[in-house]
Amino acid sequence: MPNLIRILFISAALFSQAAHAAEALPASDDPALERRVTAIAEELRCLVCQNQTIAESHAPLAIDLKNQIRDQVKGGASEAEVKDYMVKRYGDFVLYRPPLKGITLLLWFGPFTLLLAGFAFLFIYLRQRRKTQQEEAPLDDEQRARARQILDSGAKPE
Amino acid sequence: MKARYLIPLAIFIGLLVLLGVGLKLNPREVPSPFIGKPAPAFTLPELHRPEVSFSQKEMLGKVWMLNVWASWCEACREEHETLVAFSKTGVVPLLGLNYKDERKDGLGWLNQFGNPYQRSLFDHEGLVGIDYGVYGVPETFIIDKQGVIRYKQIGIITPELLRDKIVPLLRELEASA
Repeated sequence: MPNLIRILFISAALFSQAAHAAEALPASDDPALERRVTAIAEELRCLVCQNQTIAESHAPLAIDLKNQIRDQVKGGASEAEVKDYMVKRYGDFVLYRPPLKGITLLLWFGPFTLLLAGFAFLFIYLRQRRKTQQEEAPLDDEQRARARQILDSGAKPE
Repeated sequence: MKARYLIPLAIFIGLLVLLGVGLKLNPREVPSPFIGKPAPAFTLPELHRPEVSFSQKEMLGKVWMLNVWASWCEACREEHETLVAFSKTGVVPLLGLNYKDERKDGLGWLNQFGNPYQRSLFDHEGLVGIDYGVYGVPETFIIDKQGVIRYKQIGIITPELLRDKIVPLLRELEASA
């Protein structure tokens, strides 16, 4: 019985994928052109549903923008020119890879800075721990004898 | 030595503040690259008179507002009353851009709910919308006498926003040469 359920689940998953693929029919007969359009559209954020690319989104604006990209690529525009066109209208926000500039420095280097700070902390912490361990004075004879006594008495429970 | 135990607490509070501020930000408010730039040129037919065309150049020398709306846009319905009231004050001309709509739907809407627009332009394909970076109607642009975009409102205009931000800005722009 669990097997049957599993098969049902898998076939449902496969079917929904197939249905999804059918939705995204290319709008022109030239597969090379469509590949370029999709490649560019995958780099651009859809502003209506912000966690999707223009390539994925079915929002009317995303479809319009995809048509814009297609027209421009047909007209001989390079990828950089198309992106520039989008940035002029929607700002850097449309780019899934934000450009490196003053305002995005923290975005680009923040994680690395945090990582380095973590390493620095770890290094200092470990070095300090080793130092305190070394600094602990060895036992003198009297302490040693007392420790022995405690251990011996503990070893013979009554 | 006691201060050591306060470090995690301090980090926790710092994180809390950071996340709290993050929650308050609106991810839909994309900083517009248009502020301070000339309003993109366009020519469009009017909504009421398809044979009459309008170009943004006709408004040079005036401070004006361009409101992008559509009959399918629910939020536009929400701000409509505010716009109708605003148009009656006659502070500056308000023009409407009927965006990705059908002519009869746009006209029907204006007949039903009132027409706050001095002129209505008809952008059936939404191409002017793209040139103005419109991604969520309603959007409203304030354009100064030199034809430069000075402000962009994404989302609805409320009476408070009009009173506190838009009207003061319009008066300031009106006063300048």
